[in-house]
Amino acid sequence: MALTTATAIDQVAVRTRRPNALARLFDNKLFLIFVCLTPAVGLLAVFLSYPLGLGIWLAFTDTTIGRRGVWIGLENFEYLLSDPLWWNAVFYSVLYTGVATIGKFALGFWLALLLNQHLPFKSMLRAIVLLPWIVPTVLSAIAFWWIYDPQFSIISYLLVDVLGWRETNIDFLGNPWSARFSLIAANIWRGIPFVAISLLAGLQTISPSLYEAAMLDGATPWQRFRHITLPMMMPILAIVMTFSIIFTFSDFQLVYAITRGGPVNSTHLLATLAFQRGIASGELAEGAAIAVSMIPFLVFATLFSYFGLGRRKWQQGSDNE
Amino acid sequence: MSDVVTNQVNAAATKPEMMSWDSKTRRIITIYLPLAVFVFILLFPFYWMALTAFKPNAELLDYKTHNPFWITSPTLDHIKHLLFNTAYPRWLWITMLVAVASTFLSLLASTLAAYAIERLRFKGSPYVGLGIYLAYLVPQSILFIPLATVIVQFGLFDSPLALILVFPTFLVPFCTWLLIGYFKSIPYELEECALVDGATRLQILRKITLPLAVPGLISAGIFSFTLSWNEFIYSLAFIQSSANKTVPVAILTELVSGDVYQWGALMAGSLLGSLPVALFYSLFVDYYVSSLTGAVKE
Repeated sequence: MALTTATAIDQVAVRTRRPNALARLFDNKLFLIFVCLTPAVGLLAVFLSYPLGLGIWLAFTDTTIGRRGVWIGLENFEYLLSDPLWWNAVFYSVLYTGVATIGKFALGFWLALLLNQHLPFKSMLRAIVLLPWIVPTVLSAIAFWWIYDPQFSIISYLLVDVLGWRETNIDFLGNPWSARFSLIAANIWRGIPFVAISLLAGLQTISPSLYEAAMLDGATPWQRFRHITLPMMMPILAIVMTFSIIFTFSDFQLVYAITRGGPVNSTHLLATLAFQRGIASGELAEGAAIAVSMIPFLVFATLFSYFGLGRRKWQQGSDNE
Repeated sequence: MSDVVTNQVNAAATKPEMMSWDSKTRRIITIYLPLAVFVFILLFPFYWMALTAFKPNAELLDYKTHNPFWITSPTLDHIKHLLFNTAYPRWLWITMLVAVASTFLSLLASTLAAYAIERLRFKGSPYVGLGIYLAYLVPQSILFIPLATVIVQFGLFDSPLALILVFPTFLVPFCTWLLIGYFKSIPYELEECALVDGATRLQILRKITLPLAVPGLISAGIFSFTLSWNEFIYSLAFIQSSANKTVPVAILTELVSGDVYQWGALMAGSLLGSLPVALFYSLFVDYYVSSLTGAVKE
């Protein structure tokens, strides 16, 4: 009611004071909505929706760089299913996502609980903790590459020369399994800050009166964590985990920077394999098919973490969808 | 505030026979020690990066006679090599240009979009909002192959302009989302008053809503800047000539050559490449944290 009156008065005001046609056009709500949405929607349509559709179409053709392909149906996918390298990449992507997510959330939750205590220099600590998340992944990945160097690794130096626990240097990136876990460790390192800071924000909204009530009833610290902290954190855990899983599963930079899929293709993620086939060797269609094959996994993981962890209303938020 | 209360309650809850010194050691073991280990592990790679960047090669590759955790004779050779013998300044410039331009573009687009969705409310506005939000969930590694063909079609291949136009695809959803939250917190009555006084919609946006949303704009700007500075896969796929590469890509593809890695130069490059975002971030930590946590809560 108030709004319509306001608009009416507004129109009168415009007509009397500003007979300028352009100004009147900008006061037309429909036109204004159109103008406001065009840049964002336009950018997203041209550089996101269209490529997404194009990618799915490419996956069903035999396009290579410099040659327009024709429709070949499911051939690319049939080929992928018979390709041990693709299976290898699927296996490692799932392992990488699974182990790294568990590690990130266990350690990140712990760090969040620690940071939620009354501490001196709390805001400075919080700022320091976020650093690994701020610094370009590739650049910290290069630092990890150097830490994992077969000859001059600082970890090997510690274990062999300082502590004397081992006889020989660890060949972190030289054999498949140690390379796989070295990459997962680097990913966890990079992921902890985001998880910790997001969960810390959730922890801070839990009302202290709940803990007081529980303590009056004689709840142990573990019971307080299990029956208050955890249930109250579920909604935010679900959201943070959804994001984390999507971005870990589709990770590219860390693996590309440290191992480029080696040794003997054991650390290829689907994204690095897609890059190698699609861009480096020019088989656009095959690369697109590999990228498209990530979609079912992503949808499944999203649904799992979104519904599996129970999406409830954010306890203090107003109207989430 | 909340943790003060919990702690007091905590302290009250500990058994009465327990002496204060005891609870202090317990606090050190359960809180400060793990925290110290966390901070050490999270910061060690940066320490190592910085150390390597200033270490002369002789010390770098000889752990027997030099303690690897310290530098006896620091040197600027690696940084000099980087600045004068490689195209590093050029890469820094390109990265800065791309990050600033794409941040500006995304802020413009997402402010307008957020204003339209939150304030101009129209029939489909929740769906447009949801659509933009879903765009955030599409990972770049699914898009880069078809996007490369689109970039080639537009004749933008190997041009920084391609990156400036493409980066908003992952910046706009986030910024819009953040700004919708900010606009929501500004009382609508202010705008109504202005409407009654005969202000046009554009005047309202410029003179009332935007000034009040400045903290949100700063958060969104910082977030966009760091995200575009860190972007890798698009820059790797769409840029070919050495002169147009961004820092993360250039370090990995131009500085790594042959079998002998110049670790000193690599680490100096990583350190210099991290500094701008780290500085920028340290100036606006609180905005950054609030945008990160605010977005998650939204």
